[in-house]
Amino acid sequence: MKKLLTATAATALMAGTAFAEDVKIGIILGFTGPIESLTPSMADGAELAMKEVTDSGLLLDGASVSSVRADSTCVDAGAATAAAERLVTSDQVDAIMGADCSGVTGAILNNVAVANGVVMISPSATSPGLSHNDNEDNGLFFRTAPSDARQGVVMTEVLMEEGIKEVAVTYTNNDYGKGLADSFQAAFEAAGGSVTINAAHEDGKADYSAEVGALAAAGGERLVVAGYVDQGGSGIVRAAIDSGAFDTFHFPDGMIGAKLQENFGDEIEGSTGQHPGTDSEGASMFAEMVGDAFDATSPFTPESYDAAALIMLAMEAAGSKDSNDFKEHVMDVANAPGEQIFPGELAKALQILKDGGDIDYVGATAVELIGAGESAGNYRQIVIEGGEITTAKYR
Amino acid sequence: MDLLNAFITLSNFVLIPAIAYGSQLALGALGVTLIYGILRFSNFAHGDTMAFGTMATILITWAFQGLGVSAGPLPTALLALPFGIGVCALLVLATDRGVYRFYRGQKAKPIIFVMVSLGVMFIMNGLVRFIIGPDDQRFSDGERFIISVRQFKALTGLDEGLAIKTTQGITVVTAIIVVALLFYFLNRTRTGKSMRAYSDNEDLALLSGINPERVVMVTWLIVAALATVAGVLYGLDKSFKPFVYFQLLLPIFASAIVGGLGNPLGAIAGGFTIAFSEVMITYAWKKVAGYALPDALAPDGLAQLLSTDYKFAVSFVILLIVLLFKPTGLFAGKAV
Repeated sequence: MKKLLTATAATALMAGTAFAEDVKIGIILGFTGPIESLTPSMADGAELAMKEVTDSGLLLDGASVSSVRADSTCVDAGAATAAAERLVTSDQVDAIMGADCSGVTGAILNNVAVANGVVMISPSATSPGLSHNDNEDNGLFFRTAPSDARQGVVMTEVLMEEGIKEVAVTYTNNDYGKGLADSFQAAFEAAGGSVTINAAHEDGKADYSAEVGALAAAGGERLVVAGYVDQGGSGIVRAAIDSGAFDTFHFPDGMIGAKLQENFGDEIEGSTGQHPGTDSEGASMFAEMVGDAFDATSPFTPESYDAAALIMLAMEAAGSKDSNDFKEHVMDVANAPGEQIFPGELAKALQILKDGGDIDYVGATAVELIGAGESAGNYRQIVIEGGEITTAKYR
Repeated sequence: MDLLNAFITLSNFVLIPAIAYGSQLALGALGVTLIYGILRFSNFAHGDTMAFGTMATILITWAFQGLGVSAGPLPTALLALPFGIGVCALLVLATDRGVYRFYRGQKAKPIIFVMVSLGVMFIMNGLVRFIIGPDDQRFSDGERFIISVRQFKALTGLDEGLAIKTTQGITVVTAIIVVALLFYFLNRTRTGKSMRAYSDNEDLALLSGINPERVVMVTWLIVAALATVAGVLYGLDKSFKPFVYFQLLLPIFASAIVGGLGNPLGAIAGGFTIAFSEVMITYAWKKVAGYALPDALAPDGLAQLLSTDYKFAVSFVILLIVLLFKPTGLFAGKAV
């Protein structure tokens, strides 16, 4: 009898612990491949948010959150799909933080997330093709990075304010470059500007004089270079300056870096540009919180923290870790109204949600989800002054 | 005035870049054509020989810069060039000793030599990447421009500017000197004549007492010099990247074949033919036409025959046309 009692008690206990079930979040990023230098700190950022929530003991009555990492490879859609399939079916994750590159993100979303009904929040996929305005994603996909379509609009605003109505565009011949150039052209022409030529360039060539010849023949007040600063983008700018084709340029995010002022300095005086960035205090709070644990300013690391935080806050708001329940709440916790939540305040946020209150998650990147659930995007507008990249303003 | 502007635009974007590029191709094609004419095979390792010679020159340039040696307004690389040629010559001679001589002894067929050169290409390719890495290296210093766009506009008061880079000037001058020396050597000196004899008829040359090993050695030395000069000029004018040199193999072979393989004069003509076609076919003529034609005839579009993505395709097409209609090339080299 005594034995039976202990057994029953043990079962009851086990049932009790199983009740506050643990939450598993899959982190699928390209730990190998072209952006392998960025992904470790992105994953660390996401896991930092999970640890913060676990330590608070407030999520779903004391659930602890664990992460399962998987490799998206950034470029191989087949491998990424298989890795995500493993996360969902074998590791049984409740949500996915990822993926990183736009191509594999689309593949995982269509083949795994939508098929199994799992929420995905990507910190870094920026392709306009991932904006699911007709609910093709069943409301499962969100991103804390802005779509490049948004960057095209911001670029248009910057150029229009400078009074520039006619530009030539050259882009690096891949999904990023083409997507950005096309969305810019659409936005710029809608705003009454004209694009004289929209031509591709290949990365990794020694000589861009032919490309620049075509751009120069088409003409324009400024040359928009949607490329990479350590690749063909700099080659184009060099050839354009040398042949006197263009004096000033406009640079989207891929071109802005220390290399730009090192390569050209005051030769590109007066050129403008923009890249994702915010003067919100969340960014500095995040950096302070991270300390020396990993690089908090590495691209998309704050976005990763925010993506993981949004998943867990939405779970608390829904009172469930089932994707189909909490997907409705992601937008609510991310946007106003409610109390503003900065990095390191996840415990406070969970408490407010538990008490039935509203929160407006600001996080490390001033998160504001628009449209079908993507970041509105905050941009730092820069201008080259005295040979240095200086901040004009934030928008 | 409009016609002058049209000509300046044309010079700035077509003539000057094409002349510089053509000189670089011509020097590369000369090396290929000499090997074909004298050693009787297509040397696929030529692009990587260029890369190796350039790499040696870059390393020596850096050493000079470290020591504070400079050539004033000219790039330091010009001082390092003779040493680079020396290092490259050592490598090709070692390759010949270690690899090609064995197959010559076997009287191997040309196609076997071609395959062997393919192997040599991969090894040189790896060697260069191993030593200097696969990335871009810039090593030009000194004055950047002979005349820059701003100076030109201030000087002439024209609307259009013209830039001549120092490296473009050096390329053309060096190419002329090198070609003059080469032709003098081939036509006037005893060794040069024996090389041509060996190329024309190997057996007859052997009978008349020409030492074949000596001819082969001299050929490799000249090829090393040509390859290094071509590679360094290309690197100075553009930038040095091992993969780009590997890709240069196509236009270089196209130049050699279009001109007639085995014919040095043809290699030069071929180099310029390929360079001018690549640049002119992918150039957007809108601006030039806008100046040169009356307003009514000026084009609205870009007037561009092919997008610049197809630059390499142009070499292919010219190669095909020449092989179809004149297989021996413009200057009647040996049949391919």
